[in-house]
Amino acid sequence: MARSMKTAAVGAGVAIGAALIAYYVVSYLMVRPPTVAAAGTAPSARITLQTVASIGFGPHPDWVSYLVKNPQGKWQHSTVLRVPAHSLVHVTIYQYDTATGLRNPYWGGPRGIVGEMAIDGKPTPTLDPDLASHTFAIPDLGVSVPLEGVADDAKNQCGSAPCTLGEAHKTITFTFRTGKRGTFRWQCFVPCGAGFILGFGGPMQSVGYMDGYLSVV
Amino acid sequence: MTALPEPVARVPRHLRRIVVIWAVLTAIAVPLVVLVLGPHLPPGRMTAEAGAQVDANTVMTALITPIVLIILVYFGYTLVVFRARGSAIEDGAPVFGHAPTQTMWVAFTSIVVIALAAWGSYTLIVSAHGAGGGQGPNPIALPNGYQKSLQVQVIGQQWNWTYRFPSYGGVETDQLELPTGVGIELHVTSLDVTHSFWAYELGVKADAVPGVDNIVFVHPRKTGSFSIRCAELCGLWHGHMFQTGYVVSRDAFKSWIAAQQKAESKNQRYLPPYSGHYFPEPLRRAG
Repeated sequence: MARSMKTAAVGAGVAIGAALIAYYVVSYLMVRPPTVAAAGTAPSARITLQTVASIGFGPHPDWVSYLVKNPQGKWQHSTVLRVPAHSLVHVTIYQYDTATGLRNPYWGGPRGIVGEMAIDGKPTPTLDPDLASHTFAIPDLGVSVPLEGVADDAKNQCGSAPCTLGEAHKTITFTFRTGKRGTFRWQCFVPCGAGFILGFGGPMQSVGYMDGYLSVV
Repeated sequence: MTALPEPVARVPRHLRRIVVIWAVLTAIAVPLVVLVLGPHLPPGRMTAEAGAQVDANTVMTALITPIVLIILVYFGYTLVVFRARGSAIEDGAPVFGHAPTQTMWVAFTSIVVIALAAWGSYTLIVSAHGAGGGQGPNPIALPNGYQKSLQVQVIGQQWNWTYRFPSYGGVETDQLELPTGVGIELHVTSLDVTHSFWAYELGVKADAVPGVDNIVFVHPRKTGSFSIRCAELCGLWHGHMFQTGYVVSRDAFKSWIAAQQKAESKNQRYLPPYSGHYFPEPLRRAG
């Protein structure tokens, strides 16, 4: 083979390889949910979330998921949150899913929060682990809060997101403190991935559903 | 008239040169490895088991140093001395087998490998009682006085570690502190998938398998912090399954565990009775 042919073949191979890598990187970045900023600024911010039994749209309409209220007051399908550093973050979670129960009852106790959590306005020092539907946990910050599920026989249960306050839900409120800047993962400890082995597949392994990032800036 | 004898070209004694160079370098390098590098080899001496691993790493590094050197010296010598000069490309001299050399090489490497295996076995069974590795539910390498060990259960779950202390009412924590001067009996298990409890500075690494009570013995000797990681790919946040643990004085440990018991008192009633393992099945499964 002539030298020019070899050079052309190698060049084409390198170009194809680079294109594939670029495609992979761009695809990866495109699938990451958008970042939603908390309302307010340091030293106090507010996050409002909801959990739903099935998101109702997108590639996995039957997956359990979180949604976050954006600064414009619209519900957005994302789990990538941005909060200010060295601040108190007040969290309100409207929980529309029924209970699954914690695999490890240890997570039934709220941890790493300022003051007590409240469920429907009532201070709750710990939750019966059988009643937990999800947890909002940021292990690197020591934060873990169990979210009580609505009763299995509750009337007017939400079918798909975004759910409204007129539908059966629990309201969980708590506050945690952020420290230095950084990106921290957050997750659910309840095996709520129905239809997957031991309940820990699908949405439990996917950013945008039951896993996310907390960007402290 | 008799013909003068042909002048005999003096052939350099390559083997002797190589051996001399190797011996000099070995005499310099091995003491450096033992005395200078050895104390810095991982994982440190926070526990008896970690210290035994440092010793084993030092011995093995010292043993392989002469082997690495003979290869490098031979390689370097060949490159310099036998390098083809000039533009002509010619085949080198034919190489034939040399039975004594081959026999010596096989015998020497066999001795080294067997010696390392003997040292490893000694470390594993006799000197460090499992050397920080999980021995399963029925360990055979029991340390002296293991009956007085402090039992600590390590529970892996996607994606965090929690710890139960059966001798303190079965209290569970998400931090790990251990006292010095006390034998520790870690019972490693998992609630979901297979994890691996890797406490680097403790010299401990044991699989956390659902339904299995994997026992590890460790003897902390120095106070300080140690890192805890999962060493088994276990899902989305495997890379984030990281904690920092502490070895503290006995008094500090007593204060810490008392504080944990107090903090967990409200949640304690919901914990299941202490068990060697917990069947990984959620109580209910809903959407």
